[in-house]
Amino acid sequence: MQKDRKARCIFAFILLTIGVVIFCILNVCIGSVKISLSDIGKAVTGKEISKTVVTILWEIRLPRALAAMILGGALALAGYLLQTFFHNPIAGPFVLGISSGAKMIVALVMVFMMGRAIKVTSLTMIIAAFFGAMLSMGFVLLMSRKVNSMSMLVVSGVMIGYICSAITELVVTFANDADIVNLHNWSRGSFSGMTWEQVMVMSVITAVTFGAVFLLSKPLSAYQLGEAYAQNMGVNIARLRVWLVVLSSILSACIVAYAGPISFVGVAAPHLVKSLMKTTKPILMIPACFLGGSVFCLFCDLLARNLLAPTELSISTVTAVFGAPVVLWIMIKRRKERTI
Amino acid sequence: MDYYFETRQMCVGYHKRPLIKDIEIGLKKGEILTLIGPNGAGKSTVLKSIARQLEMISGVVYLDKEDMTRMSGTKLSQKMAVVLTDKIKTEMMTCEDVVATGRYPYTGRFGILSKEDYEIIKEAMELVHITEIKDKDFGEISDGQRQRVMLARAICQEPEIIILDEPTSYLDVKYKLEFLSILQEMQRKKGLTVIMSLHELELAARVSDKILCIRGEYVDRFGKPEEIFAPGYIVELFSIASGSFDEENGSMELEAPKKEAKVFVIAGGGTGRNVYRSLQRQGIAFITGILFENDVDYPVAKALASEVICSQSFEPISEDALQRARQKLASCTSVICCRKKFGTLDKENSELLHCAREWGIKVDYVPFQNREN
Repeated sequence: MQKDRKARCIFAFILLTIGVVIFCILNVCIGSVKISLSDIGKAVTGKEISKTVVTILWEIRLPRALAAMILGGALALAGYLLQTFFHNPIAGPFVLGISSGAKMIVALVMVFMMGRAIKVTSLTMIIAAFFGAMLSMGFVLLMSRKVNSMSMLVVSGVMIGYICSAITELVVTFANDADIVNLHNWSRGSFSGMTWEQVMVMSVITAVTFGAVFLLSKPLSAYQLGEAYAQNMGVNIARLRVWLVVLSSILSACIVAYAGPISFVGVAAPHLVKSLMKTTKPILMIPACFLGGSVFCLFCDLLARNLLAPTELSISTVTAVFGAPVVLWIMIKRRKERTI
Repeated sequence: MDYYFETRQMCVGYHKRPLIKDIEIGLKKGEILTLIGPNGAGKSTVLKSIARQLEMISGVVYLDKEDMTRMSGTKLSQKMAVVLTDKIKTEMMTCEDVVATGRYPYTGRFGILSKEDYEIIKEAMELVHITEIKDKDFGEISDGQRQRVMLARAICQEPEIIILDEPTSYLDVKYKLEFLSILQEMQRKKGLTVIMSLHELELAARVSDKILCIRGEYVDRFGKPEEIFAPGYIVELFSIASGSFDEENGSMELEAPKKEAKVFVIAGGGTGRNVYRSLQRQGIAFITGILFENDVDYPVAKALASEVICSQSFEPISEDALQRARQKLASCTSVICCRKKFGTLDKENSELLHCAREWGIKVDYVPFQNREN
């Protein structure tokens, strides 16, 4: 049994890693301009190929694929942390309104700064998004004290999400024409237009946060048995909770700042990974979730770009199609378990 | 006194509102303390406060002469383990995984289990007999099995003191006894100190070295079981209005029928107990006698009969007792005789039976199959 589980986990990790690699390559190759594998090989080894291909490869496809990979992972990780925190399998940054909160503050900041012709740097965006995420998180935490049931928590999260979206819409309506184009694209959620500078910043932030989350894997494993037992095992519950809130907010902020709100990945990816691994040990789940989220987002972005090419779908459209059924499946499964 | 675990002026409650005040407990290493008291008296509150799950309102708790509130979480977790009533929800965790969480205080930064850890986990599972269910999902086993898994988890923590909140509630009689035996074994072998709450008073009286009775706002009594289980105390502690509890034997009887007694039962030597209970079930009031005060029928008779005619132990039955018995017999319309034969010391009972026959009272004999007397 112990061996079976080990084998299963190794298999899952190999599968997920291969998935990330394959989808990265597919994302780079497939598009309105087809790039063959040999072209990539040539570009890497520095052989001569057409300038357009190099530009597309280096300036558009590769940063975008990397962003989808990093942000997808971050999103799944944020979802996993929130699910652990609330002991609620359908919690996630989007479901709890955290993405929408971040989006609202980012939109406010963007409109304000663009109106004054100040350049919006990615760091400003992240900081704004972080505050927005914390704001929503604060509301959700307040609600979670009042309501005990898991579905009520989600409902209040969705409500917060709606309020934030409404405010965002309001801001967009009153913004300048030029801003609207910018805002509109972003607020629907998309990986398009990533620059190398952005990819650098997001990888640093995500890497640091990932490291911090990984260091929390031991207290998280105790936290799975509930607070009372975790406390008995010597876990500092208050500190752990603060860490969970801060880290999941940073991850959510990072995603929203660069790609806008993306729905369902945070719920679906951890769940699918869990089913694949048949374990919930945090030390395994944390890296696996990240890889799972990466695969999920790379796959969805591939579809978003190519399904109705040359028109691009918003990433949330695609993630919802694949993610929402997973959420329904979780809910039905839990209902069944309760009746047994 | 040299106590391993001691509370001084401990006051516990929720939201800064004291529920139970002035709790003074002193336990030596390896003693078993049981908390008893009515539902909602606050046994769990006391246990949670001791386990630092709940902040105390005032007072000090010393563990091995060290103020517990100042101990680090890890240090405390290596000394104290808990088994709580909270139902825990797990996802895709086998029983072994749950047991393994007990090793938490001893593992490194990432909680990787070593070979020795697995050895200890295996031993703990063997001790509580859950080895055969170790690969099952924790969510799919019965409440009783879950309770044993949680005990194994606590044992894995290698504690010096263990706190258990109603640990036997979901267990059947076999596992109840086994559960408490394991605690006793740990107590004897490793000097484990145990603090728990129990609903089963008869078990509490047998397993505990000390008992703490909680009633209202204060600790009502704290002491050895023989001091606590004094006649009449349990009925008082729990405000029992119907039925009775026999402190000496730890047995309970339902309420005696409150009617005029028309049935006389001649019993003794344990022949009458089941007859008494059968009559109680049918709602028939009865008088019984003549019983010696040390007869095993006597406590049950006391609880269920309208009147018991008794006689001093180790002495011949007095003339006075016989007279009273005859008077009562005269007012009855039927007699149940539980005895096959009578001894030299209770020939008066045989006389009673003789009277009944003579007076034309209907006499029923209890079938004597499988019975010695």
